[in-house]
Order: sequence, then structure tokens, then C-alpha cells
Amino acid sequence: MKKFQKSKLFYGLYIGVIFAFFYLPIVVTMFFSFNSSKSLTHFSGFSLRWYGNLIKDTEIMQAVYVSISIAILATIISTIIGTLTAIGLSKCRKLVREMLLNVNNIPMMNPDIVTAIGFLILFSSLRIPKGYYTMLMAHITFCIPYVITSVYPKVKTLDPNLADAAMDLGASPFMALYKVILPMLREGIFAGALLAFTMSFDDFVISYFVTGNGVSNISIIVYNMTKRTNPTINALSTIVILVIFVTMFIVKVIPYLIGKRRKEQLAYEENN
Amino acid sequence: MKHYRSMISPYVLWAFGFIIIPFIMIMVYAFTDGGLSLTDAGFSLDSFAEMTDSLYFTVFTRSFSTGILTTLLCLFIGYPMAFFITKFDERVQGTLILITTIPMWINLLLRTYAWIGILSDNGLLNSFLKMLGIGPVSIMYTGIAVNIGLVCNFLPFMILPIHTSLSKMDPSLLEAAYDLGANKVQAFTRVIFKYSIPGVLNGVIITFLMAISAFVIPKMLGGGQFTLLGNLIENQFISVGNWNFGAAVSLILAIVILAAISFLKRIDPDGTV
Repeated sequence: MKKFQKSKLFYGLYIGVIFAFFYLPIVVTMFFSFNSSKSLTHFSGFSLRWYGNLIKDTEIMQAVYVSISIAILATIISTIIGTLTAIGLSKCRKLVREMLLNVNNIPMMNPDIVTAIGFLILFSSLRIPKGYYTMLMAHITFCIPYVITSVYPKVKTLDPNLADAAMDLGASPFMALYKVILPMLREGIFAGALLAFTMSFDDFVISYFVTGNGVSNISIIVYNMTKRTNPTINALSTIVILVIFVTMFIVKVIPYLIGKRRKEQLAYEENN
Repeated sequence: MKHYRSMISPYVLWAFGFIIIPFIMIMVYAFTDGGLSLTDAGFSLDSFAEMTDSLYFTVFTRSFSTGILTTLLCLFIGYPMAFFITKFDERVQGTLILITTIPMWINLLLRTYAWIGILSDNGLLNSFLKMLGIGPVSIMYTGIAVNIGLVCNFLPFMILPIHTSLSKMDPSLLEAAYDLGANKVQAFTRVIFKYSIPGVLNGVIITFLMAISAFVIPKMLGGGQFTLLGNLIENQFISVGNWNFGAAVSLILAIVILAAISFLKRIDPDGTV
């Protein structure tokens, strides 16, 4: 028994060291965002100076706006197109379905840099001026595959006669889709949308190659500022990290708590 | 039921315009020699011949050796990690896996930016070493910094698939092995490791592919001194303006990666990727 305890301690220690490796850059960033001096090695006192700078920095705030608005638009559009495609695919002939699914895999498997080069060549040869809208189109393109791969497996688990049953009962095809099919796919759609949002928000490589006219997102701004130390970036990082932690908490922990409560409720009802 | 079949048409058009056409255009540029214009371009294999130039060839070998080194480091650090996680009860495992995945959600640029502050010559690492009385080490803008960045970023992609295959293993198999007289080493090599092979293959291929196509980390932590394939492609398109050569390198990279992934899908059809 004692030996067992000892090995567990060792396992825990190893896991802790690896976690320290993962979280060291994150913790350092957050810590020095509150530093009163510009140094990234010496903490000279607590201050919110860099947060003040962040709000005043129009270039960074503009990038934050670009990142968020593109992520929201790309998520909405790719979730709609992706979900409709996933439902439509299940009704298609095998050949069409497999061809489209294979094409759909290309942006997910291809390295970002190759996808980015493809867009760069496309937009340049069509003489489309690069900027906000080219970035948005590129983001929609690489987000849709993630929505389809999240929703399509859920569509496959649905009873193929479900829509027919709804229509026999008098629903129009649109009503059957809206009232019956979509609610049953809710989890998959939600997972796909979340994935699309983070993919878009985190993207650097593709955005970097398809943007122009001074339009930058957060990643591009950070990339351009790496040559000199700039604690304003740390302040921005800290906010982004906190938002992600809160989102992960909402997405992972709350459904777990709700599930637990539902289980308890069920158990209670069974007992009475 | 044909009602919903036409719902795929928007995406068919979209995929044609934004996935297939760009890919074809990369191929066209790779096999022609007309520079930026396609109107007076002719078929040519010059771009592929150019790759044998020793300058570019070193970029290929450096990318592959960096990829192999990163993959091995991730495997030797990540395997024990995945294995140790399975030793805890299910609820703790869930939390540990969540802690492993959270950094993957945080912007890569921001995490890599933080490493600059730690590794640079007058950075946190060196001031820590100074306290211990060890002389300053110059890591920033070398292969070591790039490898640290790559391992830190890709390690979760090794841990997660290995953990998935290990946790699918029935623990009674291990008891059976001990009952049949296996010692710890035998139990590991004959039972545990065999069960984790799909996860290991998955992790190895994904890590390797991400490492050879890495672009941001070598640029930020290697500071232009450590050119990998991704950086070579960027240079051709952004600063040199040799689209034909850039497209040819992209095409090679895409083919290597698509081939490796279809191989992975064949050996592990219901994979965790």
C-alpha cells in the first residue's frame, strides 16, 4: 500500500512538471502585465499602466475589433453553411457525399501555410483587393470543415425517417428541419460553432497572407511587435487568456454541473 | 427523401471556388515558369530542379531533422505523461486532460511571444541561472529555442491520442498478465505498449507534420536564422516574389502531409484526430 502511494506521488510530480512547462509562458505573461516598469525580468511594482496603454492604443484596439468581428461573422456563416451541408449530405448519393467530404478534408489536413498560399494566389490573380473581406472569406472557408465534421456524425445517428414523419404529420420541409432536425443536432452544432470561433480567433498564418491595406488581427499585431519588448502585449494576452479560461469553464464545467443535477433529480424522482 | 439534398449546393460552389481552384492554381504555378503572370507561362520543371540547390536542400533536411527531433522529444516526454494520467481515477483524469488541452486554445502567437521573454539573453531564464551562479546561456534565436517552442506547443497532440488508446484498455488484461507470471517490464512491453500503438502512431504523425510545416515558431524564436520549409515558402511569396518556386515547395509539403494522413486514416480508421 505504501509503495502504491509513493508511485502515485511520483506520477503527480511528473504531471506537475509538465504542466509547469505548459503554463510557464502563460503565468509569466500574466505576471509581467502588472509590472510598473517595462522590464520582462524584473518586477518593480504593481501597476495597471499597460492596461491603460492598451485601451489608448488605437492600433491594438482596431486589431481586437477585427479579430472579434471576423470570428463572430465567420462562426455564424460557417455554422449555417456547414450545418445545412451536413444535413443535405446524408440525403445525397454515396459518390457525391464521399467526394464532398474528401474536398472538405483538404483545408483541415493541408498545412496552414499551403492553404494561405492558395488564397494569396487566388485573390491576387482575381485582382481582389486584400483586406477585411478577403480575410473573412478565408476564415469562413477554413471554419466550415470543422462545423461539418462536428455536425455530420450527429446527422448520421438520426433516424432517416424523422423528417418524413414530421411531414406526414403536416409539417412543411422547412418546419421539419427547424422544429425537428435542428434541435436534435444542437450539441454537434454548438461544438462546431465553438471550434470555428476559436480557429478563427487564433488564426495567424492564413490571415497574414490574405490581409492587406493595414487590416490586422491580434495575431498579426503580436507578430509585428515581437522585435521589441512591449508589455502592452502582455496586458492583451492576459485579457485573452482570462476570456478563454472563463469560456472553457462555461463550456466544460457548467454542462457537467447541470448533468449532475439532472442525475440527482432523476434519482430523487425514482426514489419517490 | 430528396427534400434536403439541394442544401449542399452553396457549399459545393464555395468549396469549388475557395478550396479546389486555389489548389489547382498552386499546381499551375509549380509547373510553370512565367513568374507572376500566367498568360505567358509555359510548362516547366525548373522550380523542382531548383530545390536540389544545396541552399534549399539544407532547408529540407533541417525541416525534417527538426520534425524528427520534436517528435521524439514529444514521444519520450508525452508517453509517460499519458500513462501516468491513466493511473488516477476517472474524474481526476478528466480534469488533468482538461488542464492539458487549455493551452491549445490560447493564441499560439501570444504563447510564443511569452517564450521570447523567458529565453532571451537578458530574459527570465538567464536571470534565474545567474542567481544559481551559472553563466548566461545564449538560447534565443537558435535551434534550441525553436525546439522548446515546438515541443511546448505540440506535446498535447502527443499526450491526448496516447491517453485515449491507453484508457480504452481493459485493466483486467494487466492483472491477467501478472497472474500469468509477467513482471512489470513484460507487462508493459507485451500488454500496455501494444494497446497504445494506435495512439502513438497518431501522435507521432500529427506532431511530425505540424513540426515540419511550422512557420510562426521558427520565425519568432529562430529570428530568421532558422529557416524551415514554411519560412522558405513565405520568403518566396512575400520578399523574393518567386511564386513558381514557392508554389512548388508548397506542393511538395502538401503532398507529403496528405499522403501521411491518408496512411494514418488507413491504419487507424476511427482515429482520435
